[in-house]
Amino acid sequence: MNRNWSIFNIVSVVLGFAFLYLPIVLLIVYSFNASKLVTVWGGFSTRWYSEMLSNQGLMDAAWVTFRVGLLSATVATVLGTLAALALVRHTRFRGRTLFTGMVYAPLVMPEVITGLSLLLLFVSVGFERGFWTVSLAHITFSMCFVAVVVQSRLVSYDMSLEEAAQDLGCTPFEAFYKVTLPVILPAVIAGWMLAFTLSLDDLVIASFTSGPGATTLPMKIFSQVRLGVTPEINAVCTVLIGLVATGVIIASLINKRKMVREARIDSKV
Amino acid sequence: MKSLGSTRRSFTPWLDKETKPYISFQNVTKKFGDFVAVDNLTLNIYEREFYSLLGPSGCGKTTLLRMLAGFEEPTSGEIFLDGVSLKGVPPHKRPVNMMFQSYALFPHMSVRDNIGFGLKQAGIAKAQITERVDAILKLVKLEEFAKRKPDQLSGGQRQRVALARSVVLRPKLLLLDEPLGALDKKLREETQFELMDLQHELGLTFMIVTHDQEEAMTMSDRIAVMDKGTVIQTGTPAEIYEAPNSRYVADFIGTVNTLEGKVKEKAAGKVKIVGKDGFTIEAATTDQFALNTDDTAWFSIRPEKIKVSRSKPDKQTNAVEGEVWDIGYLGDMTLFNVMLDSGTIMRASVLNAKRTVDDPIGYEDRIWLSFEPDAGIVLER
Ligand SMILES: Nc1ncnc2c1ncn2[C@@H]1O[C@H](COP(=O)(O)OP(=O)(O)OP(=O)(O)O)[C@@H](O)[C@H]1O
Ligand SMILES: [Mg+2]
Repeated sequence: MNRNWSIFNIVSVVLGFAFLYLPIVLLIVYSFNASKLVTVWGGFSTRWYSEMLSNQGLMDAAWVTFRVGLLSATVATVLGTLAALALVRHTRFRGRTLFTGMVYAPLVMPEVITGLSLLLLFVSVGFERGFWTVSLAHITFSMCFVAVVVQSRLVSYDMSLEEAAQDLGCTPFEAFYKVTLPVILPAVIAGWMLAFTLSLDDLVIASFTSGPGATTLPMKIFSQVRLGVTPEINAVCTVLIGLVATGVIIASLINKRKMVREARIDSKV
Repeated sequence: MKSLGSTRRSFTPWLDKETKPYISFQNVTKKFGDFVAVDNLTLNIYEREFYSLLGPSGCGKTTLLRMLAGFEEPTSGEIFLDGVSLKGVPPHKRPVNMMFQSYALFPHMSVRDNIGFGLKQAGIAKAQITERVDAILKLVKLEEFAKRKPDQLSGGQRQRVALARSVVLRPKLLLLDEPLGALDKKLREETQFELMDLQHELGLTFMIVTHDQEEAMTMSDRIAVMDKGTVIQTGTPAEIYEAPNSRYVADFIGTVNTLEGKVKEKAAGKVKIVGKDGFTIEAATTDQFALNTDDTAWFSIRPEKIKVSRSKPDKQTNAVEGEVWDIGYLGDMTLFNVMLDSGTIMRASVLNAKRTVDDPIGYEDRIWLSFEPDAGIVLER
């Protein structure tokens, strides 16, 4: 491989990263701005962070988002894991292709369509929109992400482990609970993190499916920004970025550790 | 009385019509799609028996064990355990344990927890679990590795953990799928004897799959030789070796010379066969011998039952001349590959009973091979 980086390479990499991360860096920097004007640097201050904390509307939205995230991620993880198990274990049931397609379709479905169709469903059923509808919507779309993550782990999982457990006296459920689940747990946790992050991020679907009293943080930010960007919003966004980044890093670390371990097993066989 | 060699123990429940089989496969067929993995198989195994399945890769050995353990249901036919049909009984309710060919060790548990898993599942007291796991760890020589995870073990060590995990439960019926394949010769032989002792002491029934015929011969009460989903012959190791029922079995176990010929004279207890290789064979037969004159038959004889000499033996039949083609010195015996004038190669082995030989046979020497009428067996298929 050519290790001498050409000028062109360096420039394109720098430009690319700048394009990706400069706005975020700016946002973080300006969240520590003492000035009220967003684009004028007035010295360092953590004033906007304390103001953010005392903004009741913002805090309420954060609390809603957190609860929705927790609930939807957990339910989506359970359902997604079950779907992945069904897909891997029963390789030849009738309508498997259709089922697979249906599990994965939400991955590529435009969010607007998901949101709109869910809204129509809730309206026609007469569901009052609010916390529960947002949570349900988030479960629906993040479940398939969990299924993908867990399935990729299950593909390399030796199903005879479960048979061995049954042979040693476990019922099928015990075999899953005592052997399969602990082995695939890293993938399940990674799936949960992903689902939580997705729920935290989502604006479009929440806008469609939420109702009064259940404004999520992205919705709140979006509506505030329409009235003008304040340094307070910068502070909120910085916190959000921090949370998401942590989640992603932990999830990838878990996956990485698993891969390193598998590589070690492979090299020994 | 003449008998086929010495046996390890006088244990022959299969000869007794009164004894009920412990396991009974009755017309069991297993299909995977259109592929027939086990074909209309009927088989009886008796309590306390050490039963081996021997056969080429893909002949259905693992499938047979999996049906007993409950991971596959027969497509047709039925399996009985102690007289009770196993139809629909889930794996965890069968008094059977299986050691998997792929080991199937739990990667998230230590060696100790792997071995203790079944005991814990059975609700046995902690102190007793520790005691039994310790004992079995000692048996498979893995005491120092108790705290390791399976991925920190070598292949042979993993195999021993898998063996220990199934043996520690002392099930009435133990199914072992190639339990010793990854062990070195010395450890394998030791473990073989440990297994035999264990089986004897605890009165267990063992069904074991192996690719190693010597292993099957050493350990088994009976061996079943399989091919393409069917059992070709069942019998004691001596029966399988000395009285194979077909060329397939004769060829599968040990080395054998098979000479094709036509039945010429048939009398009570003996037959004359004119071989393709231009010499006449006079062989002893049993009462069941069913071939008629001019039928094709195969005379099968083991290398160690052939006499090698430089001079022409003093008999009209059962002797043939050839040229030494190859010599293999094994220490305890020497193998001679001899090319007959017809082009067929026959193998003879000579026990090296003395340290020195006066007139050693060399390459390209012309020598005579001869044998007694009952040294070989006439096969009909
Ligand atoms: N689940 C399955 N689906 C389809 N075919 C199968 C399945 N399990 C086994 N077979 C086929 O059945 C045949 C018998 O397999 P089995 O595992 O019993 O062989 P074996 O005698 O144990 O071979 P080996 O000595 O290599 O372990 C093989 O040809 C195999 O391909
Ligand atoms: Mg097998």
